[in-house]
Amino acid sequence: MVLQASWEFADEVIKRGSRIFPEEELKTLYACIQCGTCVGDCPSGRRTAWRIRHIIRKTQLGMREAVLSDETLWNCTTCYTCQERCPRGVATTDVIRIIRNIAFEEGYALERHLAVARNFAKIGHAIPITDEVKEKRKRLGLLPVPPTTLSYPKALSEVQKIIEIDGFLKKIQR
Amino acid sequence: MRYAYFLGCITPLRYPGIEAATKIVLKELGVEVIELNGASCCPAPGVFGSFDLWNWLILAARNLDLAEDLDAKIVVTCNGCYGSLQEAHHLLEDVVRREAVNEVLAKIGRRYEGRTEVKHVTEVLLEDVGAEELKKRVKKPLKGLKVAVHYGCHFLKPSKIRGHGSPEAPTYLDELVELTGAESIDYLDKLMCCGAGGGVRAGRLDVALDFTLEKVRNIKRAGGDVIVTPCAFCHFQFDTGQRELMSKGLLDKPVPVAFITQLIGLAMGFSPDEMGLNDNFIPPKYLEKIS
Repeated sequence: MVLQASWEFADEVIKRGSRIFPEEELKTLYACIQCGTCVGDCPSGRRTAWRIRHIIRKTQLGMREAVLSDETLWNCTTCYTCQERCPRGVATTDVIRIIRNIAFEEGYALERHLAVARNFAKIGHAIPITDEVKEKRKRLGLLPVPPTTLSYPKALSEVQKIIEIDGFLKKIQR
Repeated sequence: MRYAYFLGCITPLRYPGIEAATKIVLKELGVEVIELNGASCCPAPGVFGSFDLWNWLILAARNLDLAEDLDAKIVVTCNGCYGSLQEAHHLLEDVVRREAVNEVLAKIGRRYEGRTEVKHVTEVLLEDVGAEELKKRVKKPLKGLKVAVHYGCHFLKPSKIRGHGSPEAPTYLDELVELTGAESIDYLDKLMCCGAGGGVRAGRLDVALDFTLEKVRNIKRAGGDVIVTPCAFCHFQFDTGQRELMSKGLLDKPVPVAFITQLIGLAMGFSPDEMGLNDNFIPPKYLEKIS
């Protein structure tokens, strides 16, 4: 297969991300010259096959499917070391999160991540409460159940309405 | 000094000792702390931010609005909550973006005006209370204790938004720790991530634990008695994570963990039980050294 390089995917990433981040910051994606400072500093790249530099290059080349389906995409801890040190000022970590958003939407989410998201949809927290924690809380002089969405049904229904309106619920109901 | 305590998830649901210690210490120092009733997950920047950033921003705005309704600033005890809420506050300074978010919030009868300031508890301690006052409050100096400070990534970065100076050689937390009389030690790759962020703990536990193991080894080599963090999620990863490493036979002797307010409370004379230090999985052996 002859690779037809195109800016289409990079443009898509920037356009999509500009709803959240200033567009001019995301346009730094065009500026990467593959110097490798990012991979050299990446604590995840030290121990896994995750290569932030490859993802950026493949994104520039328009290799959409290869990027979205890359399983190592989920090895980034979003520590921002590469973004802070990039000599070209590329917003690498923000770009990764945007690419992950697209991958998540297109069915490449990890099952364990969907479980976290569904727990949030149910109770408003990323993790459940346990009886052991309720006991600990009491012993420490705290309310057994914290005064969050766990204690306020109206607050929980607000959160649930938001994720229904903004489309997030649909993405996790697969 | 009136703060609504944004609890997040790990603090109230896994390490309530952090919540108890923070409330006790801030109260003792004259900081008024009120509950932020009805708050949800921040939502976590590396997890929910990786799933759907638009949804992340709207839910963060709802949490910010809860505090705005109370006319209070927000205080957090987790770098994840700090990352989300502080960054969302920053992004929502843009009027066009804020109005787009408010269109969704309107459907639940809310509107965020962009007024909620978000402070990490260490900022409240160093900037509102101040180093001088803190020093005066130390009744039981933690002399001889070697502390391995772990900043956590999202306390410092993205530095442009956080504003705690360079993330390459920070001294912010070390200074806070040393006010207690303890020594903040240097160790290899001190600023490295704990491994838990970005959904890696949830999605790829072995990868996350491998980060943690490297950090713990470096801390042990440097003679650290205790790991002190300003982040409930890093605290979780070091305490629960070391237990997981031990059960996999990858770690022999763990290093105990303390949250920054737990350490300060100890130096102020509160008991280890009051500070919830015995609620960690790894027993606080370092207490022998200072008693």
